[in-house]
Amino acid sequence: MWLPLILATLALQPDATAYVGARLIPVEGPEIADGVMVVSGGRIAAIGDRSTPIPQGAKVVTLAGKVVMPGLVDLHSHVGGPGGGDQSGAIQPDARAMDSINPADPGFRRVTSGGLTTLNVMPGSGHLMSGQTIYVKPRKGVRILKDMLVRDGNGWATGGMKMANGTNPIGGANRPGNRSRAHAMVRQHFLKALEYKAQLEAAKSDPTKAPKRDLGMEAMVEVLEGKRVVHHHTHRADDIVKVLQLKEEFGFKVVLHHCTEARFVASEIAKAGVPCSLTYVDAPGGKLEAVNVDFSNAAELARAGVSVGFNTDDGITDSRFFIRNAAMAMRYGLPRDEALRSLTINPAKHIELDHRIGSLKAGKDADFIVLDGDPFSVYTRVQQTYIEGLKVFDFGDPADRKFALGGEGSRGNGTIHLCCAEAD
Amino acid sequence: MKRLSWIPLLLPALAACQVVAIRAERLYPVSGPMIANGVVVVRGGVIEAVGPAAEVTIPEGAQVLTCKVATPGLVDVRASVGVSGMLNVPGHDQDQIERSSAMQPELRAEDAYNPSEPLIRYVRSFGVTTVHSGHIPGMLISGQTAVFKTSDGTAREVLLKAGTAISATLGPDALGSPNPGTRAKQMALLRQTLTDVRDAKPGGTANLRNEALARVLAGEVPLLVTAHKAQDILLALRLGEEFGIRIWLDGASEAYLVLNEIKAAKVPVLLHPTMFRPDGDARELRLDTAKVLHEAGLPFAIQSGFEGYVPKTRVVLFEAAMAAANGLPFEAALRSITLGAAEILGLSDRIGSLQPGRDADIAMFDGDPFEYQTRCVGVLVGGKPYPGEG
Repeated sequence: MWLPLILATLALQPDATAYVGARLIPVEGPEIADGVMVVSGGRIAAIGDRSTPIPQGAKVVTLAGKVVMPGLVDLHSHVGGPGGGDQSGAIQPDARAMDSINPADPGFRRVTSGGLTTLNVMPGSGHLMSGQTIYVKPRKGVRILKDMLVRDGNGWATGGMKMANGTNPIGGANRPGNRSRAHAMVRQHFLKALEYKAQLEAAKSDPTKAPKRDLGMEAMVEVLEGKRVVHHHTHRADDIVKVLQLKEEFGFKVVLHHCTEARFVASEIAKAGVPCSLTYVDAPGGKLEAVNVDFSNAAELARAGVSVGFNTDDGITDSRFFIRNAAMAMRYGLPRDEALRSLTINPAKHIELDHRIGSLKAGKDADFIVLDGDPFSVYTRVQQTYIEGLKVFDFGDPADRKFALGGEGSRGNGTIHLCCAEAD
Repeated sequence: MKRLSWIPLLLPALAACQVVAIRAERLYPVSGPMIANGVVVVRGGVIEAVGPAAEVTIPEGAQVLTCKVATPGLVDVRASVGVSGMLNVPGHDQDQIERSSAMQPELRAEDAYNPSEPLIRYVRSFGVTTVHSGHIPGMLISGQTAVFKTSDGTAREVLLKAGTAISATLGPDALGSPNPGTRAKQMALLRQTLTDVRDAKPGGTANLRNEALARVLAGEVPLLVTAHKAQDILLALRLGEEFGIRIWLDGASEAYLVLNEIKAAKVPVLLHPTMFRPDGDARELRLDTAKVLHEAGLPFAIQSGFEGYVPKTRVVLFEAAMAAANGLPFEAALRSITLGAAEILGLSDRIGSLQPGRDADIAMFDGDPFEYQTRCVGVLVGGKPYPGEG
């Protein structure tokens, strides 16, 4: 089933390449001080120490003094100007981010300069349910969206469902007026989806029982069946607990996003087996739900047994500084190993793509970054970024460097989307 | 034109007679080279001695603090903490801008500054001991700024310099009612207003607005002009030349395009935070502008600026670190948030360096202050100890 993909990448990269001499951080498995990684057909063919065989005729790239780690996975990005639902309602599962993204947005090149190779691009948090999110890879030279998609085994686009609670989706046209109304609306919506799902199941034996096709409900059935992960914006501890209750009642898969006060209810989150995708900003406040912002959040959650990842919420924070989030979490006690996982394999697991991305392992996509030092030093820079074996960013190339440093022509015409500041 | 002004209280009474010594493996006076195994002796809130441990005697009975790295207390050259609060609730803790008319130079930062604001303690925990805060960009003239220490106390007690600058904005941030609708009209209004004040006959009713602008025309107070696009930077320089007034460039994200012009005008740059969002008229900011300014020999300092959402403030320590990560040499980066900032503010005889006679404002770290894994472990403001971060 991977054949089309393999053929496509083979055509672009006929030969194997061996990356030799770098310190390899596979994330899953111990670091290799002086390693060999063989890439072929867009996948990692082999990884190990210097004794790893290099295929005959392979191109050899020497990376002595460099550090290689998996490409970074950002579970919350607004790059490309994604939209979702409009003012017509608070719950719009039929709206798809993929229908509004501009794949030519220079933001997709900027993110590669920060080492990001997979993004969950989402609409904002101004709705209880603002629509379907999309998992993309910022492959180089992409002009049309289908070339950015991360497809599943059946060739379908992968993505999740964006939800939000707390203050952002409250108030305004067709929105709930308080938290109680918001929660009631969401529960009612899930109950409706259960009914739709039951009708679909009944129609299997009796086609006359098939409901009228409803695109929003079809997406909701994917949520209920665990095929579409919910990405839930939530800040305050009580709002976080409400998400856990909702999950318990309706049985969907969910990743908590932002999670400002998650450390206050860490054991409840751990007990529910729900992961947290954290957004770190440099100071508390700016909104009442964010007064308890603290760099210690990740360490405290990890200590409680919660699987922790980071996200950029770009433009809330800039994708170029993504590694910094985990580094700041280390400053406040997150173990180094967890810090590495929080940028790579953990978010990959949270969106169920860890069989393809998130670590350097034979058989996985050759998504990796080359650093000029330890990942958690402020003085270290992402030198190169590779997606499926193809270099998508090289700091040594002035055309790419422009996106790393900014300056004339680096931004295009788009404006920054401050997800959580806006009504929608 | 006599002006009522507060007399800043220099020394918190608590610290007045206490002797504190700080021993640091690496001591950065900033006014001179790094001192390995350095000692700073503080008495009565003022630095008494600075030097290598072998040469400086720690007075008997002194409270001795040790750390890996000590630097001058950090100076934030352009902030909004104290006037713009953490909660971000308009009408409660947001006094950074008054939008009822385009020009209100009579507004004073110290009348709105809340020294109990949590964000002040927050930035202090990262080594910031002085903030130049007050009216933010967004109006043609938004008001006066002031310099405050981050120590505990009343606004009057922590005020270091009132009426430091008058904040003005050129370009898109100050277009649209009640601001003028075009750049040409912005300049026309500023010209007419400054001309009126210059030509005003003495006597008559006291006019706070005119008195404030008269101090700009007299060269006593700079016009702090926020301008991001190169064309707006040049407008600010032209205004300075036409009226012979002092200009401080604020934000200045496209300074890299007009380095020679800025240098010729001899104006300092209060540079945007390195991690400022590249949006609006700052959309083409560069992460290495601080490095470029440094290499061009321009006086500059890195600011925290103003944030209207999350994070509610930036931290100059982190912003200088990101500049250092993008090519600004370590010493220059440290200077840009200490002595460099103090020199621009005209306060280098008080703050920004570790020298005998200077205020005992000191930041202590457990490693390279810019590294992600390093923590600020303690702060002295006027000799009084405060906790570091976390």
